[in-house]
Amino acid sequence: MAASDTAHADHAHDHPTGLRRFLFSTNHKDIGTLYLYFAVVAGVLGYLLSLGMRLELAHPGIGVFPTISAWMHGDNSIDAAKNLYNGFITAHGVLMIFFMVMPALIGGFGNWFVPIMIGAPDMAFPRMNNISFWLLPASLSLLLISMFMEGAPGMKGFGGGWVMYPPLSANTGHPGPAMDFVILSLHIAGVSSLLGAINFITTIFNMRAPGMTLHKMPLFAWSVLVTAFLLVLSLPVLAGALTMLLTDRNFGTTFFDPAGGGDPILFQHLFWFFGHPEVYILILPAFGLISHIVSTFSRKPVFGYLGMAYAMVAIGFVGFIVWAHHMYTVGLSLNTQRYFVFATMVIAVPTGVKIFSWIATMWGGSISFRAPMIWAIGFIFVFTVGGVTGVVLANAGVDRALHETYYVVAHFHYTMSLGAVFGVFAGFYYWFPKISGYMYNETLSKLHFWTLFTGVNLTFFPQHFLGLAGMPRRYIDYPDAYAQWNLVSSYGAYIAGVSLLIFFFTVLEAFSKKRVAGDNPWGPGATTLEWTLPSPPPFHQFETLPRIVGGDH
Amino acid sequence: MAAPQQNAKTRRAAFAAFGAAALMLGLSFASVPLYRMFCAVTGYGGTTQRAEVAPTTRGQRVIDVHFVSTVASSLPWRLTPETNSLSVRTGETKTVFFRVTNESDQETAGQAVYNVSPDQAGGFFNKISCFCFSEQRLAPHETAEWPVVFFLDPKLEKEESMNGVETLTLSYTMFPAKTQPKGAALNQTKPNG
Repeated sequence: MAASDTAHADHAHDHPTGLRRFLFSTNHKDIGTLYLYFAVVAGVLGYLLSLGMRLELAHPGIGVFPTISAWMHGDNSIDAAKNLYNGFITAHGVLMIFFMVMPALIGGFGNWFVPIMIGAPDMAFPRMNNISFWLLPASLSLLLISMFMEGAPGMKGFGGGWVMYPPLSANTGHPGPAMDFVILSLHIAGVSSLLGAINFITTIFNMRAPGMTLHKMPLFAWSVLVTAFLLVLSLPVLAGALTMLLTDRNFGTTFFDPAGGGDPILFQHLFWFFGHPEVYILILPAFGLISHIVSTFSRKPVFGYLGMAYAMVAIGFVGFIVWAHHMYTVGLSLNTQRYFVFATMVIAVPTGVKIFSWIATMWGGSISFRAPMIWAIGFIFVFTVGGVTGVVLANAGVDRALHETYYVVAHFHYTMSLGAVFGVFAGFYYWFPKISGYMYNETLSKLHFWTLFTGVNLTFFPQHFLGLAGMPRRYIDYPDAYAQWNLVSSYGAYIAGVSLLIFFFTVLEAFSKKRVAGDNPWGPGATTLEWTLPSPPPFHQFETLPRIVGGDH
Repeated sequence: MAAPQQNAKTRRAAFAAFGAAALMLGLSFASVPLYRMFCAVTGYGGTTQRAEVAPTTRGQRVIDVHFVSTVASSLPWRLTPETNSLSVRTGETKTVFFRVTNESDQETAGQAVYNVSPDQAGGFFNKISCFCFSEQRLAPHETAEWPVVFFLDPKLEKEESMNGVETLTLSYTMFPAKTQPKGAALNQTKPNG
């Protein structure tokens, strides 16, 4: 942030300014800021794609995408519109997962606050940190270019969803280069996250301040540590699966092609071995920061600190052995399905520990309903709704009926689009005064909350009804019977769009009014190390390492 | 900023994390042969077994074995079993012929992919000889009869999940082999690059 220049005129050595400061940055706070900007750009793009889909689905029939297709590709035929709709679904998923939530929570807040919270001067490998970030714009560009390359014969873009199952993603379905661009994009995004994860692991293990034992480490640092482990163990599997797909497509191997003895189901196994930990990668950092917010605004230490930390470890571990619950309908034997139903249900236990510990932290606390707290409570509510439908879907028998319906869409948007995003905004308002040095407007941020809360609930709650009524995912059109709730759902998406405008206005307002936040705007409840520093923190902090004493975390 | 000792520790942690990532990448590729081995050993997913010799013991149960065959649209062959089904006593060795015709003017090569359903029968379905064990070539308009010699392992009588299974279906799908004889122009989706 520009404001940090002023606070440190007295600093011993210079730091680069202007473009060089960010292009060549090795400073964890500057890189964190870049990640946050990047996440905002990707989030807006991802929202615009979903707005396109909701505009189309507001009414039965195909009315919007021929126009978008004519505008993007100069082809307004119905087939091009259908293909483009599927391309939008794919790009929306990949954007929101890899370029919005992950950069915001791990790259943005992780880079900004993990070193500060553990009392370290910077990340372990500052230059690697720079590479991690600058790989992402390249990766995003490849994904966007892919939308304009030939995919299916005569069509533009890849329309197979973020899961990219062959044979649709193989030469059979998309012989054109669009899919190769997606593969390369995800490879680069994967390398970026992997380098970031190695950086976090090394930082957290080796650079904690004296006295900062693992069992005194703040929960956000714990959550990023677990997330980093999940990334290190799961991303290479995705890279492997994508490489196999790439060689199948271009070099005549047959990993996923039955003609050469391959098996398309193998891709699904490999993908979900990555994909399931990936959804915890998205939500765990949010778990971590929600703990801090709830504790800060209840003026109580978080209830069951060790239980909270190890619940995240347990979620991470169990996350690796439940992947086939995404694949109940591929013909798994009944015993395999029984195992995956059971293992999936087990996840509800550590997740329940977290939800109840948050409530217990609030219980008897002196709660102040500031904006971050409102967002945190909103997070707990929507994540619980998403968790409950998750337990429903964990049952193989029920999933038979609901697989690939809007019920699933509603479920994972309640955990991701509402859960993870509310976590992002909770963290944003919590740390915005620290990052920028300025206080946001309380009324505006609460208005932002209520608009988004209304919008997303209106969007996704009716999708439960649509799914239970049998409406399948990934189609541009639907029978008239589903019209009513689809219209409601679309109105919700428009309201969510309004909330985005309020968000930008809130940020602008804060930067123009320049209300100085002070070191610790949240009072005695905020006990982690970042609140001992000035706002914004100095370019280099902790030149003499802080010494952590006592049992406080 | 960091003492040399600290540097060594840092490097060790980074290499360990990097090593873990490399190991997972290796495992993802190793999963291909490992899964194949696992299926071959356990008959998982209806993978039939290979046997060298016929069994010595005869069992009691008689099960109908049905035969199904399909040919991928890109291979100009026709493949049909001589009979739709056989009654097979466990432990009894049977032979069934498949008639195959190359309907094109070129020599072409094909490879059969197979399994048996229900899945749990895979571990008890033993083939002594089968055209699916290797790649097959047919001259232009050649017709051949391919034998499949198989038996059902009497051990299936003791398997709980096989109770009530009265019919098994052995299915073949013939795909064009990846390497075709010279001059064979098959209608594939994309030329191998």
